Amino acid sequence: MSGKTNKIRRWMLCGAFLWCCLAHAQSSDNASYSRATFSSANGETVFRSICQGCHMPDAKGAKGAGSYPALTGNPRLASPSYMAAVILNGRRDMPSFAPKAVKDRFLDDATLTDEQIAEVINYIRSHFGNQYDNRISAQEVASMHR
Amino acid sequence: MEDDDCKFSMKRRDLLRMIGLTAGTAAMYQAMSSLGLAAESTFKQSPQLQGAPKGTSVLILGAGIAGLVAAYELRQAGYKVQVLEYNHRPGGRNWSLRGGDRFTELGGLTQHCQFDPGLYINPGPWRLPYHHHGILSYCKKLGVPLEAYVQVNHNAYLHSAKAFGGKPQRYRTINADYRGHVAELLAKTTQQGKLDTQVSKEDQELLLESLREWGALDRNLAYVRGATSSDRRGYEQDPGGGLSAKPVPSEPLSAKDVLGSRLWANLAAGEIYEFQTTLFQPVGGMGRIGEAFGRELKGLIRYNAKVTSIQQDDHGVSVTYEDTTSPGHTHTARADWCLCTIPLSILSQLPINVSQAMTDAIAAVPYAASVKIGLQFKRRFWEEDEQIYGGISYTDLPISNISYPSTGFHSSGKGVLLGAYIWGLNAYEFTAMTPEQRIRKAVEYGSQIHPQYAREFEHGVAVGWHRSPFTMGCFGVWSEEARTQHYDNLCQIDGRIALAGEHASYLPAWQEGAVTSAIDAIGRIHQRVIAGARA
Repeated sequence: MSGKTNKIRRWMLCGAFLWCCLAHAQSSDNASYSRATFSSANGETVFRSICQGCHMPDAKGAKGAGSYPALTGNPRLASPSYMAAVILNGRRDMPSFAPKAVKDRFLDDATLTDEQIAEVINYIRSHFGNQYDNRISAQEVASMHR
Repeated sequence: MEDDDCKFSMKRRDLLRMIGLTAGTAAMYQAMSSLGLAAESTFKQSPQLQGAPKGTSVLILGAGIAGLVAAYELRQAGYKVQVLEYNHRPGGRNWSLRGGDRFTELGGLTQHCQFDPGLYINPGPWRLPYHHHGILSYCKKLGVPLEAYVQVNHNAYLHSAKAFGGKPQRYRTINADYRGHVAELLAKTTQQGKLDTQVSKEDQELLLESLREWGALDRNLAYVRGATSSDRRGYEQDPGGGLSAKPVPSEPLSAKDVLGSRLWANLAAGEIYEFQTTLFQPVGGMGRIGEAFGRELKGLIRYNAKVTSIQQDDHGVSVTYEDTTSPGHTHTARADWCLCTIPLSILSQLPINVSQAMTDAIAAVPYAASVKIGLQFKRRFWEEDEQIYGGISYTDLPISNISYPSTGFHSSGKGVLLGAYIWGLNAYEFTAMTPEQRIRKAVEYGSQIHPQYAREFEHGVAVGWHRSPFTMGCFGVWSEEARTQHYDNLCQIDGRIALAGEHASYLPAWQEGAVTSAIDAIGRIHQRVIAGARA
């Protein structure tokens, strides 16, 4: 409650530019999704709610004992189908976000629809300094299921 | 007698299935077995590794539980041991955050834990089942004192934002009412002769008797307001002494409300093998185990060492690493053998010359998202106001659990509770927030269960495991398919390299998996060493 009031106060104090930044940075702040409601989240929300946990809010990735790849200035982004394959099938430590046939207690409620996968790919490829013109469609993602 | 028992229990199981009583637990057990979660530890005793040629060396990568156990045993057996560890401390995921500790997560945000002295949270493992003989034996050897960890607390809450107007219910109430109504229903069904084809008349008598006992039914086999049911679900007014002391029984919730609430979903949590009484925790925090190993193995562990490549040849293994306190300088360590306990999330990114089969196995295991949040409050209101001493409240809110400390009972002053323990979608969402946002959210959601939060909250720490620089995820999640295809390949010794850790076990995410995999791997390395010496 008080968080909400604070936010409103901050919005009122800030100029339009700052408002954008704040709204942007905090858009992952509505963690009240269930599996059912999350299926309506759009590409940007999917990025803010899931992807940025590892790939970071600025999509620049991170380095520790290992690293999370940047999703900006990364030549692999040239292929939206590559990105779709990674999201659908997972890659190394990255879990698959495709709906699972066998339920897993730890992974199965974080799944994305083909529309969401297409949207988040298109979102990433047109933000964070990425300027790819071609888009991937939900149908193309659908055709890639193993 | 045994045969009769057996026949009856088969029928009983069918009966219970029919009404769906055990469906939840059975399904859960099945799911957990496939993960290996319900398997008993194979630990028997510390390995006997004597007889290796003097000077035989083993380089251990990672000072988590697997690496520490291996170092301890190999040194004991006369091996020359060196351990490289990425963190500045021993323990890995065996870790407690206390006042004065700092944690910098991936992305660079640093939290300064401000808990009062003696207060802590365990961001990783936090309970020790009594049958995890391996990790318990090292607690004994290292002199780490244990205390009871409370898993089931009948006075803690079951909560759903969508049931009973969002008002949390005591575990005791839901447990008694669910069982009472199910028992009454089954008793009626029996009395109406609907089970005649499945249960003999004689067994029906036994069944009714057991239902009365199990469900707290009255003499007419009804679950109703009265002393019998209140002895399970609690009284409206507890009995006392003197004139004003007459107990007032409480009114059970309706069967429809109990079923519809779905609060029964967490009744069986404490009946899962890993969570059955008695559980333990180290006095002072789970991290005491890693710290004790660290003292024991002083001088053997090189901290702040980030492994950058692992290369073997016919004679040994060379590992390059960077000292993270002076980046840019590469060092090399070499030994006859290498036990690598680096999580697969990180190992899958490192150059390592092992077989294709092992390389594929290393790359086949995704890591789960999980988040834990510790919150400090000005007073232990859960004890003072609500008489909740230890245990867990379950909720369908994104925080999932609130766990009350199993230590410092009844003390005045401040307290730290686990304000969120999250898996799945909500764990991703919380990981994607800043630590500050996570804590704020945990306080907001927790206030729906404990309104005292608003006034009593001071500060907290929040760990999202995918942002942990030393694991990049919580634990390795094996699908059944991946396990069939890759597990054996992961655990085979490849030339002079073997892997260990919870990821190389059928006890994923448990420290016992790390212990038993380490002991298994060093035992096999030792056999090769002995065989090589004889050849």
